[in-house]
Amino acid sequence: MDNIDNNRWLLPAGTEDILPDQAERLEQMRRNILDLLRGWGYRLTMPPFIEYLDSLLIGTGKDLDLQTFKLTDQLTGRLMGIRADMTPQVARIDAHHLKREEPVRLCYMGTVLHTLPGGFSGTRSPMQIGAELYGHPGIESDVEVLALMLEVLALAGVEQVFLDLGHVGIFRGLMRRAGLCAGDEATLFDALQRKAKPEIGELIARLDLDSIMGNMLLALADLNGGEDILAEARPVLQAGGAEVLAALDNLQQIATLIKQRLPGLQLHFDLAELRGYHYHTGAVFAAYAPGQGQAIAQGGRYDEIGGVYGRARPATGFSTDLKTLAMLGQPLASKGAAIFAPALADPALADKIRELRATGERVIGELPGQPGGAREMGCDRILVKQQGAWAVSTIENR
Amino acid sequence: MSATLTIALSKGRIFKETLPLLAHAGIVPAEDPETSRKLILATNHPDIRLVIVRAADVPTYVQYAGADLGVTGKDVLMEHGGEGLYEPLDLRIACCRLMVAGPAGQPEPAGRLRIATKYVTTTHRYYAARGRQVEIIKLYGSMELAPLVGMADRIVDVVDTGGTLRANGLEPLEHIADISSRLVVNRAAMKMKSAQVKGLIQRLEQAVASRGKV
Repeated sequence: MDNIDNNRWLLPAGTEDILPDQAERLEQMRRNILDLLRGWGYRLTMPPFIEYLDSLLIGTGKDLDLQTFKLTDQLTGRLMGIRADMTPQVARIDAHHLKREEPVRLCYMGTVLHTLPGGFSGTRSPMQIGAELYGHPGIESDVEVLALMLEVLALAGVEQVFLDLGHVGIFRGLMRRAGLCAGDEATLFDALQRKAKPEIGELIARLDLDSIMGNMLLALADLNGGEDILAEARPVLQAGGAEVLAALDNLQQIATLIKQRLPGLQLHFDLAELRGYHYHTGAVFAAYAPGQGQAIAQGGRYDEIGGVYGRARPATGFSTDLKTLAMLGQPLASKGAAIFAPALADPALADKIRELRATGERVIGELPGQPGGAREMGCDRILVKQQGAWAVSTIENR
Repeated sequence: MSATLTIALSKGRIFKETLPLLAHAGIVPAEDPETSRKLILATNHPDIRLVIVRAADVPTYVQYAGADLGVTGKDVLMEHGGEGLYEPLDLRIACCRLMVAGPAGQPEPAGRLRIATKYVTTTHRYYAARGRQVEIIKLYGSMELAPLVGMADRIVDVVDTGGTLRANGLEPLEHIADISSRLVVNRAAMKMKSAQVKGLIQRLEQAVASRGKV
């Protein structure tokens, strides 16, 4: 076993140092995506890294509570949480600070912390980037957010994206009709989330649900697949009531609109998709990429959250993790390497360096007596004095 | 062109009892894992392959998309938690029971029970639901030994015929759950390879149903 003194470099599980090449790539991607969001009219917000726990955890369920690091505020004795999700923070900004009647488009980018490792790399510190649209209840805003999410993925160079659409109103409508107690509903929810048909069957028998409701719940576990699923679902869920049928209509309209905008898109439906069931109120969606066992970006409608901050507003949005995108996306074209400048106190050389840097070039100054030359310092070109003037020359030409 | 489907299986009983179901669904491995040392086995379908992993690792492989589907015991799934997985089908093979067992004919000792098991999470949950705090000793095998050498008062393990328990002077005491093998599916695979995966689930469903009739 290593002595603890030799382990000073060791980081906690799920945290990492991002080294220069990767950091440059992440930063480039961050700028590109924020520029894209800006172009769509989404204004950047910067909520704090830490805040009171009760404003971070608003109707978001047990999962986010478990994911949030907590500490005590020495000033007030209140419990504070380190954000595990920025969405509630941005909802607060819309509801409490901006108080507009018009639609508001906000975006955000920041590190969040999770108590438990998750995702592909088992990270506990994803860099969340996302966009939210407040103040419009219609499908058009869902479609805008969806299209924007896909554009972000395309910009990041993620190819072959699959879009998965669902609607929490279907399960919610069925549960309203079934009238189960909270505990039984949670058990059924858990089984349905795992599409565990054997368990759903046992539960239906144990809870003595009528056969119409039982058949609808069992069918729900199978109602996933291509675009024909919506047509298939309608007769099956006919007895589910107005809320369920409205949810199906809503999904159908979103699908039609998004197909018009992006004809080549691979659409998938999962009517039993219950991610974020506790705070979502309408359509939910997620993007998947081949070889990835989990969604790479997700979002949906959540119309009630603002109410906790004083004003419920229709809301829809998406978020993703910049580190995941950087891992999946195509590498960005690297912008030449650098120019090596010799260690000479020549004002003409200093002028030339300033001029080159102003054009965006990277110029690295040699330090007297340093080991390694231009190539070792990662430079592909060098400044040389030709006919009395400083000029850039490739290393090979020397 | 269809994408490759990878199915994770464990050697031994699950593999033997899954083979007829796969055969019914038209899938036959090109090699026998008991004789081959390969971990990836081709099948008669160029786009379907099998990977051979430890039983307890099947949920992990499927969760992280190392395999699209897998076959694993409900006992393993209960312990794993099933996060990131779908469990659409009970294959009704490798059936047994998860039970509490202890020395035959002896009263329950007073105070905190010491339980030897490899199912730490499940055992914890089982006793917590009964309002009991117990001391759990994690073991990887030969649980039956623990009460005999005074390390534990009870064991929690899967019981098939009960032969090993009897041979060691133990008896089954409490029934925790009926165990059988489940088909598990990676969430993303269910969505991205929907037609292929759903087709396979349906064929296996028919295989299970027709086997039940025999």
